[in-house]
Amino acid sequence: MINNSSKVMIKAKNLHKKFGDLHVLKGIDAEIHEKEVVVVIGPSGSGKSTFLRCLNLLEEISEGEVWIEGANIADTKTDINLVRRNVGMVFQQFNLFPHKSTLENVTLAPQKILKKSKAEVEAKAYQLLDKVGLRDKALVYPDNLSGGQKQRVAIARALAMEPKVMLFDEPTSALDPEMVGEVLQVMKQLALEGMTMVVVTHEMGFAREVGNRVLFMDEGVIVEQGTPDEIFKNPTNPRTKAFLSKVL
Amino acid sequence: MFNFDFSTVAAYSPMYLKGVVTTVELTVLGIIFGLILGLILAFMRLSKHAAVRWPAILYLNIFRGTPLFVQLLVVHYGFIPAIFGGSQGAFFSGAVALALNSGAYVSEIFRAGIKSIDRGQMEAARSLGMTHWMAMKDVILPQAIKRMIPPFGNEFIVLLKDSSLVAVIAVHDLTQAGRLVMAATLKPWEAYIPVAILYLMLTVPLTYLVAYLERRLESK
Repeated sequence: MINNSSKVMIKAKNLHKKFGDLHVLKGIDAEIHEKEVVVVIGPSGSGKSTFLRCLNLLEEISEGEVWIEGANIADTKTDINLVRRNVGMVFQQFNLFPHKSTLENVTLAPQKILKKSKAEVEAKAYQLLDKVGLRDKALVYPDNLSGGQKQRVAIARALAMEPKVMLFDEPTSALDPEMVGEVLQVMKQLALEGMTMVVVTHEMGFAREVGNRVLFMDEGVIVEQGTPDEIFKNPTNPRTKAFLSKVL
Repeated sequence: MFNFDFSTVAAYSPMYLKGVVTTVELTVLGIIFGLILGLILAFMRLSKHAAVRWPAILYLNIFRGTPLFVQLLVVHYGFIPAIFGGSQGAFFSGAVALALNSGAYVSEIFRAGIKSIDRGQMEAARSLGMTHWMAMKDVILPQAIKRMIPPFGNEFIVLLKDSSLVAVIAVHDLTQAGRLVMAATLKPWEAYIPVAILYLMLTVPLTYLVAYLERRLESK
């Protein structure tokens, strides 16, 4: 594994997830290190999104452990709200708050949770909107933004809590093709700045270019993992090969 | 037959006016306490715990499954004397019964409104570290309330009209005023037409108020 020397941010141990009789995750073991960009790929229904959603407990964990910086979030005694402050998430469907302006979307959580002053959170929000190139849309409501703009606001919103890890759940899958680039560009910039990222995506170009490590999942397990070069050029597992031959 | 003579009835206008005031008071009390009760019941129904959901469902079935008419009788002659050791007056009983009844319907409006908001909204709020209640208050409810306005409007208009049933326990509301005037004058048209007109004068503006609120929230 890469980056063995650096700090482990996320550690999943024998993670299982069942929806009733449906066994979606069948024992995932994974470590995400600080400043690492881990890209999770795999066929639909392989459990990639479920895995990601277990990392901030949007899905209850059926069995096993998920450690986020020394806190096991599968343990009900852990205050999940505290842990989530450090784990930003970006959704396929953006999930912006439609009754709040762009600026308010970004300031809501820090203002309510961190109890910072309005001036302070707004200054920070403008910085973040600059970063995603949307300062001029600060007072616009989500309904009047394009898909790509919505997703960039969603990234700014997650960053406003100053998380240590960012989870991306198919962030470009709901976008028109011409808007994919602007979102990937923001994500790439974030990666360059040293953000720890876990990205579930079908964008193989992004995986190859920005990812430090690629996890290939199928049928609820991590089938194979390695550097993008290893996975894309020399996949060893037949299932990885079959998948890549379809998507590349 | 249609030789209306409202002059005899005009003498009773204070009676009608008192009836209007009582009807409005009953409706407003029913709305306020119905909203409070409805919100509590809605959250009980949305609870993860069956032991919390179950009493709310029982309550809903009882109050939506029996006529308000019967509820008024049971509350006035049963509940209130049993709890307070005696009658607290027909008005009090009427207000309690209306609030209990409206609470059941209002809770369904709250619940449906909250459930109509996409799950992703709660997930996004929680993923930022907001507590369930924080997310409810700042993200879900502000959006849900917009969608609740039309059904709330309907419910409150129904409540205003249904408040006429309190006449059965002899509350001096608008309908009861009409009945008293009828008994005194024996002129059914002249006694009851003002009642109908006064109800319309209450419900129609309420309809427009709801439409106005709906538009205002829409444009925001």
